[in-house]
Amino acid sequence: MQILNKETNIDFLKLRKFAMVLSILLIVGSITSFFTKGLNYGLDFTGGTLIEVGYEQDADIPKIHDQLEAIDINGAVVQNFGSAKIVQIRMPQQDHIENAKVGDEVLAALRSDGETVTKRDQSFVGPVIGEELKEKGGLAMIVALICIMIYVALRFEWKFSVGSVIALAHDVIIIIGFFSITAVEFDLTVLAALLAVIGYSLNDTIVVFDRIRENFLRMRKGSSEDVVNTSLNQTLSRTLMTSITTLLVLLALFFYGGQTIHSFAEALIVGVFIGTYSSIYVASPVALLLGVKKEDLMPPEVEKEGEEFDMP
Amino acid sequence: MSGFLVFEELITTGKIMFVNQPNQQQLPINTYPKWKYVLIVIVLALAFLYAAPNIFGKDPAVQISGLRDAVITQQQFEDIEAAWQENNVEPTIVKPSTVGEEGVQQIIARFKKDADQLKARELANDVLNPTLENQNYVTALNLAPATPEWLANLGGEPMKLGLDLRGGIHFLMQVDMEQALKRQQDQLRRDFIDTLTEQEPSIRGRVEPIENGMLLSFRNQEDAERAYEALFKDHTGRIDLQLSEKGGRPIIRGTLNQQMLQEIQNNAINQNRIILSTRVNSLGVAEPLIQRQGADRIVVQLPGVQDSALAKQILGATASLEFRLVNHEADVVSAQNGRVPPGSKLFDSEYGPVVVFDEVEVSGEHLTNATASYDPQTNEPIVSVRLDGEGGSKMTRTTTANVNDQLAMILKESRPIFDIKDGKRVLVGSELEERLISAPNINGPFGSRFQITGRFTEAETRDLATKLRSGALIAPTFIVEERTIGATLGEENIEKGVTSVVIGFALVLAFMLVYYKLFGLVANVALTLNLVMIICVMSLMGATLTLPGIAGIVLTVGMAVDANVLIFERIREELRAGVRPAQAIDKGYGHALSTIADANITTAIAAIILFAIGTGPVKGFAITLFIGILTSMFTAIFVSRGIVNLMYGGRTVKKLSI
Repeated sequence: MQILNKETNIDFLKLRKFAMVLSILLIVGSITSFFTKGLNYGLDFTGGTLIEVGYEQDADIPKIHDQLEAIDINGAVVQNFGSAKIVQIRMPQQDHIENAKVGDEVLAALRSDGETVTKRDQSFVGPVIGEELKEKGGLAMIVALICIMIYVALRFEWKFSVGSVIALAHDVIIIIGFFSITAVEFDLTVLAALLAVIGYSLNDTIVVFDRIRENFLRMRKGSSEDVVNTSLNQTLSRTLMTSITTLLVLLALFFYGGQTIHSFAEALIVGVFIGTYSSIYVASPVALLLGVKKEDLMPPEVEKEGEEFDMP
Repeated sequence: MSGFLVFEELITTGKIMFVNQPNQQQLPINTYPKWKYVLIVIVLALAFLYAAPNIFGKDPAVQISGLRDAVITQQQFEDIEAAWQENNVEPTIVKPSTVGEEGVQQIIARFKKDADQLKARELANDVLNPTLENQNYVTALNLAPATPEWLANLGGEPMKLGLDLRGGIHFLMQVDMEQALKRQQDQLRRDFIDTLTEQEPSIRGRVEPIENGMLLSFRNQEDAERAYEALFKDHTGRIDLQLSEKGGRPIIRGTLNQQMLQEIQNNAINQNRIILSTRVNSLGVAEPLIQRQGADRIVVQLPGVQDSALAKQILGATASLEFRLVNHEADVVSAQNGRVPPGSKLFDSEYGPVVVFDEVEVSGEHLTNATASYDPQTNEPIVSVRLDGEGGSKMTRTTTANVNDQLAMILKESRPIFDIKDGKRVLVGSELEERLISAPNINGPFGSRFQITGRFTEAETRDLATKLRSGALIAPTFIVEERTIGATLGEENIEKGVTSVVIGFALVLAFMLVYYKLFGLVANVALTLNLVMIICVMSLMGATLTLPGIAGIVLTVGMAVDANVLIFERIREELRAGVRPAQAIDKGYGHALSTIADANITTAIAAIILFAIGTGPVKGFAITLFIGILTSMFTAIFVSRGIVNLMYGGRTVKKLSI
């Protein structure tokens, strides 16, 4: 079986102006949403207490609210979690109760009328930890981008390096925008997913670049645009294949992996789409825009051994 | 980098291929030299061998260990075995830890049935802890890997499961360094005053706290200089002294130097880690984790523990120290028979039974430090103790009035109480435990500084100093993060993790087979071997498998096929360009190599950074991702080529099933 059973010849670059406008719109939208609406940060980042409890019958959420009010818990979010019998309660920092004790007090309050409540999961995260995590997460992202930029610059050329890093930043910004607009919870696993997307999208970009380099050396005729277009076409079926296999496992994680890695899978699924798009429509066009040409990629003259000794 | 470039240049020009390296030029196309097959077979055999422990599951086991310094003697061990034999609960395998001179620290005994395990624990407990007062051993229920012995002897071990997969409690404790520093600062003030009153009694001045130290101001320059000399003589090495002027008055700034600050921080962390370990040990938790994290934090993980309120009570309970007098008038023998005089209590200690008054002379909050050191005259190991000003004057009063009496030092700690419910050992509460740790003779009156002597060995003085400090609250801790994962949630997580791996894996296998036919099958074999290798490497490294780790494995499966996809697409391309099948295989593998290397190295960079900067779940994900990248390079390139070579190598091929 083949998806593309003969060599394709799509003029990808014809659409690059349109793609550029689309990308800029998406980025501006994402940044705007990030600064106005923000992210729905999970407990890992906000700090506070989270407790997940199981009831024997369907949980009575208004009653839980009353029970929480009775012990002066402020700002609690009570919601069903995967089933009507399971309830997740999220509470911000409480002023009057020692933070480490909030979970235990809430549990006692829920059990106060004799109902059987089983604790499934309880977390407490101090405010310092959340702040540190945001800092570290941002730092990890920047360090990763810089390291990758250096590697690509060494292996290819600075124009490619800039192209790939812009594509990666593009992906990260749009995924963050997606999480901001949809208000899906942004927790620690999403942060890990973002870094995995960097790895994945880069993988795609590198494969295309590799082919562009090879074609620059091989194709005697043709403009830079032609070379890029040919390369994109030649790698297209591989790009699609890998996206499909990765999506297959991600869908398995999304549907069967359970709540804990739900957001992780979601971030990666969005990432695979954005990453595939960006390696075609962002990374290479940026390199072209910077004027990448054949001469940039000619391998340096290989010095023969012994020549060095002739140097003055 | 240049070596890399040259290598690749040669590949693209076709001068060097895997198969025709200079010394093997006689080999026909698409054949591996024999040693490569041998290498592949050896690596894969090892991978299967060390991945195997993960399929044997776990046996119920009893873990017996000595609390504090207690060891299990040969005699005790034989008694336990006899008790087991009598009650028909014989273990399948008994594994003692390394044998010391007096006995072993720990014994793990495996059983066939859960009921046997419970019974055996009770019996062992009866032998080792016959009385309630003298509980020096912990007997915990555990699950021991059921790895066959020959495999275990080869170092085969299953992966450890993270808390999110087995249930339990995770705490992150922060050590209050400010408190620790403040105590040292107070100490510094007293030290300065002591030095000056002893050596320069005529000097008058003022002392006030500044950051990490003390500021002394004097009336005139001469006083300041004399004070400087006296202080320098006594405190050089741990304090930076600086003579200067402020608001027209001569001053001395004495601040703790960098080395001291570092030492205070390390001491505070280590002290707390030791205290936490003792308390965790008393909980009888199997395989707990107590680890320093960063400059001022400690991670505590208690697998299998569910009641976080009680766990916190035990971990957070502050031990307290009390100095009390020994009641010499009391008759020890009658006290042992239950007739303890009112206002006193009988203690069983390593020095024999001692009756101690209830009244507290000096409490541990006044203790500022206790260190193991040596007597400058006799060079014997001793413990030096320091009290603060208030404690010092109380101590002077007590010791002046009671020379030649014994001063008992009592450590109070809460201890967990367990009960058997529905065949499970559960934590039901805690009680205060009082222990006599030392009862030295008062040789003469003393105050805020004194020494405990008594033919100690060096190890004994260290131990005593630790015990004293643990009641002193040198640096309090507080919980900054807590996660409780219910046992059911843990099981659900394993189940879901495994399900998603299986489904994702099956989908990819099916898709590859349909899309690439015979070559797809080769990729599938490579992918399966990759999974085995990931498990093998993780087991060997002793890495912990977490739910994000499983996600990492799943993702690796999706991405690992990429290498084969690259190769196969390249082969198809060559075929379309009219290249003969055998050459197409050769070129396909050759051309794809540098692309695969580049793509994987960049992903590996992301994984390494994730590992370096991330914590907890992110680290687990990064480890599996990184291992997966390495093993997939081996299986997708080396192994898959090997299989393809076996199928198509060394003969004329008309058509490829791709």
